[in-house]
Amino acid sequence: METVATKAPARGLWSGDEAVALAARDGEVALGTGYPGTPSTEILEAFSGLGGRAQWAPNEKVALEVGLGAAFAGARVLVTMKHVGVNVAADPLFTAAYTGVDGALVLVSADDPGMSSSQNEQDNRRYAVAAGIPMIEPASSQEAYDFTLAAFELSARWKIPVILRMTTRVCHSKSVVRRRERPLPPAPPPRFVRDIRGRVMVPAFARPAHLKLRRKLAEIQAWSETSPLNVVHEGSPSLGIVASGISFQHVREAAPEASIFQLGVVYPLPVEALRRFAAGVERCVVIEEGDPVVADALLAAGIRVEGKPEMYRFGELSVSRVRRILARDESPEAPPAKTKPPELCEACPYHPVYGTLQRMGCIVAGDIGCYTLGVMEPYQAMDTCVAMGASVGVGLGLRHVLPEEQARKVVSIIGDSTFIHSGLNGLVEMVYNPPETGHVLIVLDNGTTAMTGQQEHPGTGRTLEHEATGHVSIEGMARAAGIHNVDVIDPVKDPRGFEALLATRLASNDLSVIVARRPCILAAADIRLFEKQNAEKAAASASPCAACGSDDAV
Amino acid sequence: MPSSAGAVVNVVFAGLGGQGVIKASDVLADAAFRAGHDVKKAEIHGMSQRGGSVTSDVRFGPEVHSPMIPDGDADFLVVLAPSQVENNVHQLRETGVLFPPDLVPEASLRNKRSLNVALLGALSTHLSIAEEHWRAALEGALPERLLPVNLEAFEAGRAAERSRASGKGRHATP
Repeated sequence: METVATKAPARGLWSGDEAVALAARDGEVALGTGYPGTPSTEILEAFSGLGGRAQWAPNEKVALEVGLGAAFAGARVLVTMKHVGVNVAADPLFTAAYTGVDGALVLVSADDPGMSSSQNEQDNRRYAVAAGIPMIEPASSQEAYDFTLAAFELSARWKIPVILRMTTRVCHSKSVVRRRERPLPPAPPPRFVRDIRGRVMVPAFARPAHLKLRRKLAEIQAWSETSPLNVVHEGSPSLGIVASGISFQHVREAAPEASIFQLGVVYPLPVEALRRFAAGVERCVVIEEGDPVVADALLAAGIRVEGKPEMYRFGELSVSRVRRILARDESPEAPPAKTKPPELCEACPYHPVYGTLQRMGCIVAGDIGCYTLGVMEPYQAMDTCVAMGASVGVGLGLRHVLPEEQARKVVSIIGDSTFIHSGLNGLVEMVYNPPETGHVLIVLDNGTTAMTGQQEHPGTGRTLEHEATGHVSIEGMARAAGIHNVDVIDPVKDPRGFEALLATRLASNDLSVIVARRPCILAAADIRLFEKQNAEKAAASASPCAACGSDDAV
Repeated sequence: MPSSAGAVVNVVFAGLGGQGVIKASDVLADAAFRAGHDVKKAEIHGMSQRGGSVTSDVRFGPEVHSPMIPDGDADFLVVLAPSQVENNVHQLRETGVLFPPDLVPEASLRNKRSLNVALLGALSTHLSIAEEHWRAALEGALPERLLPVNLEAFEAGRAAERSRASGKGRHATP
């Protein structure tokens, strides 16, 4: 087969995430970048495994910006993140719709309806509408493969970023994928072509850029009306269903007799095609997970469709829920079966930290990662968890207004990867607007992005592929920002020392950062292996000249 | 295209994070794929890695639509942890078959961690997937050094299920 990803068979059983990676590799994507987040994490790992150039960025905003730069230079770029990651990347995203791209840029938004591992179930189809960015949505691994290639074609044709929207069940389900013989035309080599009016978004240039965006979207809307990504499955004229993504699969099983309009292009919607479809059936129902995005748009266009009852906005859909929607059944659903909730691993190095926080009656502004599980029994030692990096700002806000005896108990707690992701901004705020009682920030440094499956980050000093690279020091950043008390301690080796240190820091009016450092037990053996391999590689390549040229950032 | 739901085989795997639930479902999905079936497999990765409940659905047949098995439609339920039987048994259809963790006596396993593969062996006696496909799927999913002990576990599972079917073992249906 004439493709670069020779490691993969022509037909195989792949997850949706893997299928995206395979398409990116077959489509000669030059760079994949993103930040780990369930259910998107496996895309870049698989892309790297297939020989693609993949890298973790410190956060989603930086990932998109790196991707945008590469796409300005004419490259094909894949940027991946979970739904809430798009919030972080939203600032460059909205203006990237104006600038457009020279090569092609596809952003994967992996949404998590039902919140299997997320803090909210926001519906990112709204982003496509808000930013004016085309969005397509696959319903299976085969479509994840085909639509990824289609997204690159669409992006290259209209020189606009395209969002490939997936959901947990499409990302993580495995199904059969057949690869294409000729995925995409060869990618031209990247080069810089100056386009000041097109890429420098000062108001004078941004105004015409917005007009240009709307013209592109009108053209793409016309394309959407006859796009092969939308498929009509002929069936009974008495029931028509409009569905996209995984909902389409549930619909085929729940109502095999129905006529189905399978929406591949979620934005801009093929409104006239949908109008004709709805007019050709007696009853037309829109089956969609999450918000009534498509139903509302069609009703606003004067198309006679039926949405779902409000109770089905919450959680995932399933075959049985689709049957209930079609039967207009709004009776209470059976409660879900009881499951054992996740908890901190038995040998997790964070146990002594949460034991201390509990004993000292701290008010804990928490953050996102494994360590959020400190909220569970037996500790219940977390009082807030809102967004990546929010622990620092929320902790400072609490300190600013609480009476002194309570303010003095406030601690912000954040993981190593989360600290680098967006805790750094909070650190700067801490130095700039310190509360009268000072503040204590605990960075739980287990040397990995543990929650999502042990990915590397800038603080580990290893790349996505576990190769040695520049190392960002957490304590170094804290000192450089102007924090006077910066301590590094192993909470397992010295739990009493940790407790005494925390008590001292809480009693003072200073700003303190305590780095509680001990490797994740699930990652420790791998980390030792990577370090050993990298040391051996360094030794093998060391020459008398190379030795003094090496430099490790502090 | 006509619905083929009747011909689809539905298998639910359940257990706790770290027990090999996902691995077991991977092996079945791969074996069914090698046997020429359309296959879909669904599970959630993420929080489940931290010792919580994990389930994985495998569906195969001429054509599979939803990757998730509707409640009460499972033909087979394979459970790796005693605590996870009660909360999953509602997934079985009336004629469905339960494979509880104590189906294969611990003493018959050289390595306790092979229970997932042993229960796959038991399940295999109910499915028309040729042995070569099971073997290829196990070889694809496991490191070489763990293969012998797992092949033994697979056989132990087959033996345990045969003895159950002949009335010497535990009752097959819930």
